[in-house]
Amino acid sequence: MSTAAPLEVRNLTKRFPLGGTLHRASVHAVDDVSFELRPGTITALVGESGSGKSTVARLLARLYSPTAGTVLFEGGDLSAVRRRRDVLHYRSHVQIIFQDPFASLNPVKTVRYHLERPLRIHHIVPHDQLEERVHELLQDAGLVPPAEIAAKYPHELSGGQRQRVAIARALAVEPKVVLADEPTSMLDVSIRIGILNLMLKLKEEHEIAFLYVTHDLASARYIADDILVMYAGQIVERGPAEEVLAEPLHPYTRLLLSAAPDSAVGLKATRIEQRRGLAAAAVDPPEGCRFVGRCPLAVAVCSELTPALIEAHPGRAARCHVTAPAPGLSTTPIERKS
Amino acid sequence: MTSAARQVETAPMTRVAGEALLELRHLTVEYGFGGSRVRAVDGVDLEIRAGEIVGLAGESGCGKTTVANAAMQILRPPAHLTGGSILFQGEDLVGKSVEELRRFRWRNVSMVFQSAMNALNPVMRVGDQFVDTMRAHERIDRRRALRRAAELLELVGIDRSRVRAYPHELSGGMRQRVIIAIALSLNPELLILDEPTTALDVVVQREILQQIEALKRDFGFAVLFITHDLSLLLEFADRIAIMYAGEIVESAPAALLAADPRHPYTQGLLQSFPPLSGPKLPLTGIPGSPPDLRNPPAGCRFHPRCPHCLPERPGLYLRQTAERPRLREIQAGHQVACHLVEEGVA
Repeated sequence: MSTAAPLEVRNLTKRFPLGGTLHRASVHAVDDVSFELRPGTITALVGESGSGKSTVARLLARLYSPTAGTVLFEGGDLSAVRRRRDVLHYRSHVQIIFQDPFASLNPVKTVRYHLERPLRIHHIVPHDQLEERVHELLQDAGLVPPAEIAAKYPHELSGGQRQRVAIARALAVEPKVVLADEPTSMLDVSIRIGILNLMLKLKEEHEIAFLYVTHDLASARYIADDILVMYAGQIVERGPAEEVLAEPLHPYTRLLLSAAPDSAVGLKATRIEQRRGLAAAAVDPPEGCRFVGRCPLAVAVCSELTPALIEAHPGRAARCHVTAPAPGLSTTPIERKS
Repeated sequence: MTSAARQVETAPMTRVAGEALLELRHLTVEYGFGGSRVRAVDGVDLEIRAGEIVGLAGESGCGKTTVANAAMQILRPPAHLTGGSILFQGEDLVGKSVEELRRFRWRNVSMVFQSAMNALNPVMRVGDQFVDTMRAHERIDRRRALRRAAELLELVGIDRSRVRAYPHELSGGMRQRVIIAIALSLNPELLILDEPTTALDVVVQREILQQIEALKRDFGFAVLFITHDLSLLLEFADRIAIMYAGEIVESAPAALLAADPRHPYTQGLLQSFPPLSGPKLPLTGIPGSPPDLRNPPAGCRFHPRCPHCLPERPGLYLRQTAERPRLREIQAGHQVACHLVEEGVA
């Protein structure tokens, strides 16, 4: 397995302007986000609704353009990609799968059409091998018998099958990076695992770098190697999935974890503390930690200085003055905030 | 005496924990008429006792919401009840007049619908929506109703000053709490929650569930909790019934269902939720997808997806593919509808 990152994100920032003529307020949807996606690795981006996780996926898919920061694809800056040929090149290596498989397929076209299109546009295979390749892709995505499935229309397929078609379509261009935006949340529970298992298989067989955007911590633990936790537009914790979920550093990750139902535990004794607040991106947030109002560990400095993402242990980083203090910063509990 | 105990005293009827509150007997609901009928609910038996939380779990289209709508007698054409009875405290609701049902709903049983947070009237203050509900069912003056609304809001963790708020001033989680508070405003004995937290984030979801649990302890109402999220029910429900393709296939106390699931569908569902702790094992989920109820499979409706339905065992295979399994009690409180269990194979 090579470790070179095909996709690297540095200080990515996206602001959506709100109205107003004199004082232009803006929603800080994505704020100073940095990470990389490595081949053969699934990186989970978890967070609650509005935290900015889908915006990150859309920025990487070039559906939005960033306000600031850079996205490096194979070392080249994405913002410099303008020419149609370069855009095509990028798109043939970075693919996105959306949440809703009912909306992402054309209802009047067969499965074959959906899979042949990327093959033709990107000249992946010669004309006479189109059918063979379509069948391979379907087989790869667990859709059998391929000849039969290829002739079907989306409405003749179940939700799980449709999502598999969307995945097969993404794979048609032999991408290096696949951005999966909540690919299972619209599916029935009994077929979600099938999609997750398919992603695991594809990462192994095709060395794909996956970004798995989800709100479901348990599924992130199941398939992801690394995990990024987003809160109000910022990454607040980063590290190997198993470690982060076994021993979270950031108080927000702890809160998320204690709130999520755990099928292994059954009856859970932990009761979460109720402090109001939202994980959603803020409008012109003030300096300071964005979690401070809900944080049980908050100290004075938390509302004065925005914490940076600090590596507390090798491979483990958090944006927290208390659990991952920056070197030289004094965070002795001065006074407890209520 | 705690405020909780006082609340229970003012409740309209004495509630003895354990007595059957709602009994569905062989409930059957069909959609459509004539040749193109779909039997969405097929002979469902379900009992909810006073003060307990019963979970009804299943995938989309399995009929769980239809069961709730039938229990509330709010089925709309093309859905209609074609058989069975709905007993509330021993009294059959089927065939009651519109007026009788109107009195029964909300007073005895109230319901929180899927994405109910969008059910609030956007141009009406929150408090007035409480007043409307209360005054539709009992004689109460506006001032008292508003005071009660404020109390109820406080009970669900919203500041009482918010009676004057409009719905758009509240977050999704708060709106959902308002709906739950309205549902409790007439002190019902049974609260039906249909996917009450599905549209909400996990943290808000847990806050709301904790609140419902606490309110239930104080008021003593029973809960029918409908969701696709079995992992949530394992934590929250006293008893769980699993529905598949219009039928209840297994029903047991939550702990027993988690420890000893007997129906292959239940086993598969439990295998569909990755754990957050403990060893990371490969999960299988369930192959295939739920059947089309316009044309349900013969025999056991789960047999096309069942890992234990094998032609190599011809006798059993014949039963599985031709004969409908019946829900049978295998031990106190644990019922399963499966040929394998009956024949002692699983």
